[in-house]
Amino acid sequence: MTIHIKNGSLDTSISRRGFVAGATSLTFAFTLGGLGRGGAALGATQPTKFNAFVSIAADNTITVICPSAEMGQGVYTSLPLILAEELDADWSKVKTEFAPANPKVYGNYHRLFEGAQITAASVAVAGYFTPLRMAGAQARKVLLDAVAEKWKVPVSELTTDKSTITHKKSGRKISYGEVVAFAAVPAEPPKVSEADLKKPSQFKLIGRKDIGRSDVPLKVNGSAKYGIDVQVPGMVYASVLQSPMEGAKPKDVNVPDVMKVKGVTKVIPLPFGVAVIGDTVEATRAGVQALRVTWDTSGATAAGFDSDKAKEDYAAKAKDSNAETKVEYQVGDVKAGLSGAVKTVEAGYWSEYTYHAQMEPMNAVAQVSEDGKSADIWTGTQFGALAALIISGILKTTPDQVRIHQQFLGGGYGRRIWPDAAIQATILSNITKKPVKLILTREEDIAAARPRPMTHHLLKAGLDAKGNVVGWHHRLVSENVDAVAAPPRFKATGGKDYIGARGLDQAFYAIPNALAEYVREDRGMRVHAWRGIGSGYNKFAAEAFLDEVAQAASKDPLDMRLELTKDKPRANAVIKAVAEMSDFKRKRPGHGMGIAFSDYHDTLSAGVAEISLDQKTGKIKVHNYWIAVDPGLVVQPDHVHAQLESAVIYGLSAALIEQFAVKDGMVQATNFDSYPVMRMSEVPEIHTKIVATNNAPSGMGEIGVVTVAPAIANAMFQLTGKRFRHLPMTAERVKKTLA
Amino acid sequence: MAATAFTINGKAASVEAEPDTPLLWVVREHLNLTGTKFGCGSGLCGACTVHIDGKAVRSCQISVSKVAGRKVTTIEGLAPNGQHPLQKAWVAEQVPQCGYCQSGQIMQAAALLATNKKPTREQIVAHMDGNICRCGTYPRIVRAIQRAAREA
Repeated sequence: MTIHIKNGSLDTSISRRGFVAGATSLTFAFTLGGLGRGGAALGATQPTKFNAFVSIAADNTITVICPSAEMGQGVYTSLPLILAEELDADWSKVKTEFAPANPKVYGNYHRLFEGAQITAASVAVAGYFTPLRMAGAQARKVLLDAVAEKWKVPVSELTTDKSTITHKKSGRKISYGEVVAFAAVPAEPPKVSEADLKKPSQFKLIGRKDIGRSDVPLKVNGSAKYGIDVQVPGMVYASVLQSPMEGAKPKDVNVPDVMKVKGVTKVIPLPFGVAVIGDTVEATRAGVQALRVTWDTSGATAAGFDSDKAKEDYAAKAKDSNAETKVEYQVGDVKAGLSGAVKTVEAGYWSEYTYHAQMEPMNAVAQVSEDGKSADIWTGTQFGALAALIISGILKTTPDQVRIHQQFLGGGYGRRIWPDAAIQATILSNITKKPVKLILTREEDIAAARPRPMTHHLLKAGLDAKGNVVGWHHRLVSENVDAVAAPPRFKATGGKDYIGARGLDQAFYAIPNALAEYVREDRGMRVHAWRGIGSGYNKFAAEAFLDEVAQAASKDPLDMRLELTKDKPRANAVIKAVAEMSDFKRKRPGHGMGIAFSDYHDTLSAGVAEISLDQKTGKIKVHNYWIAVDPGLVVQPDHVHAQLESAVIYGLSAALIEQFAVKDGMVQATNFDSYPVMRMSEVPEIHTKIVATNNAPSGMGEIGVVTVAPAIANAMFQLTGKRFRHLPMTAERVKKTLA
Repeated sequence: MAATAFTINGKAASVEAEPDTPLLWVVREHLNLTGTKFGCGSGLCGACTVHIDGKAVRSCQISVSKVAGRKVTTIEGLAPNGQHPLQKAWVAEQVPQCGYCQSGQIMQAAALLATNKKPTREQIVAHMDGNICRCGTYPRIVRAIQRAAREA
């Protein structure tokens, strides 16, 4: 991204440096650093900070720092719970605070992020599990050492439970709050290793069904604070008519007309749109309504892009043997596998652009300091560290001078990775020299959409005489998400699209010869991570196509998947579990049943859809959705069920309803009337099952999305004998396919 | 600019705002009662639902001048200490995820229970269908309303 501001106060070119750079060391570099007052004996008034993640006050309140964003996925509870487990804390006294943006201390060392402080990819619990346990165990060790010294007893004679240390022999007890009144945190904190950690059988908090989410009480009485709820003294309001495509700049703007609107104080054309500043929200809304803008699209790649017309090119690229491809997954020799097959199957699949539709439109409050060298930003963001980095570039300062005040997120799903609202609010604060509260209208939020890309897939498979899959070729054609959302990684990997290609692999199926590859389209859309990322469309194509292959092999879709996963016991187990839950092979008259399997960042899942069809309208009705999941060790079981329900509904919405077209580079939707999402009346019965294993915990935020679309497509085949190869399966599209 | 006087959560309020200002922005930005949320500005999502004289209304669709002399209730004033049977049921069923739409959901549901103590599942769904929850907490919303009806 490049930002040029011509009014004299800013003329800055910045690049999105460094983050998720891809080529950095994989070494586990976790530090428990950040000790504020090491070595000092602390009074009772200030909580004692044991390490960067936990403080304890004399009143026994334990504050745990949550390094991730809370957007409904539950980390505000689950991450502190993990620390509290090893601390042996009284959970009723544990409070959560959001961490500042400081990746050196609060980065996620999951293999995907290598220390970046980003909340994405469903790897918060996976990445922070061990560091938070270590932090809790370390604090506990400090407390125990202090008490052992005071009581002159060996540490081995002390036990802990619910924030209390007990010496059984003498019958003495002391609470953590009492300990911090005299204890000193040593300058050199005690070393802890994984050997000091509990065994799962010793867990008192992890895995408990009766522990609710800490943010729930705040979210039923209106007191939870989101970015949009922040007010700071002296602030003005802003709305920005967003550039209808990346690179389009305002050319002619009717500034004098808009300045006549009561309460509007400034109209500022900027490279990313036209800002209206005013005394009230309503004034800025009226101002935006009054705007008449023509756009200079000469620098916009998307200018002239038509998503329907472009499909011809996508289809041609899928078939072009000379097209430049990136290989995502390869085993054996796919050419030999396919040419030696006795039977081959081939089919093309499609998916349309989708919008996040997070309920809280993008917004931020920014206050740039008088000297323009530092800023305070209040917003809900999945990637505050990126906001700080970009904003520090704009202000020509360092990221530590940009203080991100994290708020609850009114939905993220990937949209709040990119900090466009924070950037825009900062620029406006710097121009107006006042704190600025920027709230996008829903229409602006859609115009500024960062969608899941439109995709095309060409799949080929070969069968031997026994009906075994001996060759599998999956080619994806789409815009590359990494190219837009993670340019440094895209560059460092020589053009690999981690986000968009996720799910192309077939690592869980025993297919001896397989190739999955992708061809890049560059259409200038702001494509982005969208709940489930590439797996959302890649597994739709692959799992629906697998049913076509099963049909060609005269095999049952369930039997085929069980056979393909016979050497992958965890995958096999979730497939078996969902088949049993749904009584998959029992035929329902007038209804269709379809199954699908998927992994997602180490979590395994299988789903079954039961559907019926209104032949007249083409409308699919989903009656039941069964889903089984293996996320390894489960931290909060009820919330795992909740995440599955949530993701299944998100997946249903994407499978059946959600899409937008692009004409002349512009998103053809404006609000929830032209971009409908799933409502209560369309939701089926959802049946969830956790197939718990003692593997390391993996993520739960997205996996539930992935199996829904292919399971429905497969159920539709069972019911109608037709293949549905285009997402979303709207009534209109279904009717066309049936005709 | 005219002052509009009305009652909000049992207290008298007088607000200086253009008469055509949507009640939503008056509640959120003038009165700083931010539990009521902005979602679409077009009456399509229900995040901004409040009660006016006991009826559920989309506050983005009604001008402040239209509430002069009337009683407005927001999520903050639904029940003392947030202990409405629905709020308790919402906690018991662990409904919210991102939570952004939930004030509107609860206000919409409260208007139903005020006139229909024992709604059927179909009545609940019909009454709630205008409120979007993008996190898909719909199954738990239904359960929570049923629980509140049972336990109230």
